[in-house]
Amino acid sequence: MSENPQTQINAGQPKKEKKRNFLSQKYHNLDFQKKNAIAGYLFISPFIIGFLVFMFLPILESLRMVFSEVTMDLENNRYDMVFNGLSNFYYVFQTDPEFNRLLTEELFRMLLSVPAILVFSFFVAMIINQKFKGRSFVRSVFFLPVILSAGVMLGLETNNMLLGEMRSYVQQNNAMTNTITNVLEEILISGGAMDEFLYYVIQVVNEIYGIALTSGMQIIIFLSGLQTISPSMYEASKIEGATAWESFWKITFPMISSLILVNLIYSIIDYFLRSDNTVMEKVTSEIAKMDYGLSSAMAWAYFIIVIIIVGISAGIISRRVYYYE
Amino acid sequence: MSNKAVTATETTPVMTMDEKLAFMSSKKYKPPKRDFKSLMERNRASGGYLLKKNIGNVIFVIVRATLLFGLCFLILQPLLNKLSLSIMSESDLFDSTVVSIPREFTVFNYEMADLLLGYWPALFRTFIVSLAVAILQVASCTFVGYGFARFNFPFKRFWFMCVIMLILVPPQTIMSSLFLHFALFDIFGIFTLIVGKPLNLINSPVPYLMMSATCMGLKNGLYIYMIRQYFRGVPKELEEAAYVDGCGKLKTFFRIMLPDARAIITSCFLFSFVWQWTDSLFTSLFLRSMRLLSSSVSSIPQTLVNYYQNNIGRHAFPSPGLQQQIAATGMLMFIAPLIILYLIAQRGFVESISQSGIKM
Repeated sequence: MSENPQTQINAGQPKKEKKRNFLSQKYHNLDFQKKNAIAGYLFISPFIIGFLVFMFLPILESLRMVFSEVTMDLENNRYDMVFNGLSNFYYVFQTDPEFNRLLTEELFRMLLSVPAILVFSFFVAMIINQKFKGRSFVRSVFFLPVILSAGVMLGLETNNMLLGEMRSYVQQNNAMTNTITNVLEEILISGGAMDEFLYYVIQVVNEIYGIALTSGMQIIIFLSGLQTISPSMYEASKIEGATAWESFWKITFPMISSLILVNLIYSIIDYFLRSDNTVMEKVTSEIAKMDYGLSSAMAWAYFIIVIIIVGISAGIISRRVYYYE
Repeated sequence: MSNKAVTATETTPVMTMDEKLAFMSSKKYKPPKRDFKSLMERNRASGGYLLKKNIGNVIFVIVRATLLFGLCFLILQPLLNKLSLSIMSESDLFDSTVVSIPREFTVFNYEMADLLLGYWPALFRTFIVSLAVAILQVASCTFVGYGFARFNFPFKRFWFMCVIMLILVPPQTIMSSLFLHFALFDIFGIFTLIVGKPLNLINSPVPYLMMSATCMGLKNGLYIYMIRQYFRGVPKELEEAAYVDGCGKLKTFFRIMLPDARAIITSCFLFSFVWQWTDSLFTSLFLRSMRLLSSSVSSIPQTLVNYYQNNIGRHAFPSPGLQQQIAATGMLMFIAPLIILYLIAQRGFVESISQSGIKM
């Protein structure tokens, strides 16, 4: 109540200076750029904290684990690391019975399926960008894999032992009356026209379900890119007499080329997180056995190889990427 | 254009747009005939080009429709297959006349899966966890994305490289050290001082909630990237006007920028919700004791075997067909809420990302 007369006096004045404590006064006196910097840091502070605590420290820690033997001491609630050089890697690559096999298999699968995913998703995005009846239905079906391939779903689909057994049973019994692709393959082999590329195409066609299932997100990304291309470009090229084929290679492809890079990286990273990735299954099983040194060595070996692949392919592609703007 | 229309324009060369429209809607105007004869006529006039083009178009449409039908069927078929498996009685599996529509409808599979999964309580827990995690992740990622898009501060490029790194580094590489980190959780030895030993936070949702609140959950780098991309596309004048009018930074963010970003935030939320719902990685690490759906669904055939052996007899064994059915049913029950959610939000899910335009 004692403040009342004060406010009454102030009411007549044009503006009342706000009371500020020391910190906010200091902030008030800064220039615009510095204020901006402080605000920016405040906005990204959750990320900085999280990155330092849950990413940077664990990365350092796991790098240390790679080069040491970790022994758990659960009674005293601590663990010890003894530096042992590269012996974890020696074990992983030379002694472990299945790691090499799993690694090469997984890398080959990745190298085979990533180009297929890119081509497929680009193709589908081109189609569903056109106007036709029932487009929204088709779109929602094609994006359904974003759900269907998420997390455990993929593993459920492929790890189903019974389904696998049934499938192999069916294949054994139907050896003569085979699928269209197999018949085609036989014709091509007998015709002597079976080269590496055709073999690859047939392999891709056989695995089309897996590819469709894993390319939901990539389709969305490509579609977003296609929609940013302005229609006036196509109009101009049409007036100049370009065919659809030409305008595809001269307009669509260059405009979308940066997204090919994005999708390439996304597809490769997505491969890590797939629940049917056998290398990662191996890593988690090592963690369950409390072999922390080994598990980190495996994970890092895989990660580094994949990063090298990403680097090389991104280097090749990014030279050809056309940036509009 | 048909001959008639051409003559009409020739006789009245100075026709304004309004007059043309009036002429078109009057009774005197006859629309050009679209029958085969006139088509051939026009084709002749164009030197064979028109027919070729039309045939090409028709073939294209047919090929496209076939392709789309095939691909849609390819994606939907396993789902439909599971649906028909789940409403079949077991005897129908061995009936060779039954392919996909069962002779005897049954809800036995659903009851069994419900029993084995403890469906409703597990659904409730999964829902709560996914909701909490998704809200935390999206809220923090929105802040961070906005910070990266709209403010200039020293080391911005460096921190953004860290975001890229967050996208690139698979969580499995840091899994083991994270596990130890949380098994013996301690901040500067405070807990050791108070309780006498570090906290064991494995099997408690707290660490995962902390990670979500600081953008370190599953694929959070991607959300930061997407949200930043969106905010970068919003014109700067909008904010400047707000600043000039005396709106503070936080208030500008909440009042001006957030309402426009509803679409991208919704889609990030949906991604986060779906990925959390189906996640096995962090779930198996931190949330094992919660018995969420994602972990119990993947082991449902084994649970069925155990159930038979405990309740029917030590040597009782469910037939492979039944296991298959129960697995299919469990999976359907697992994704049913997601599919409902997807159907409701499908529009926003897709369109908003398309609008934001992801670019390097």
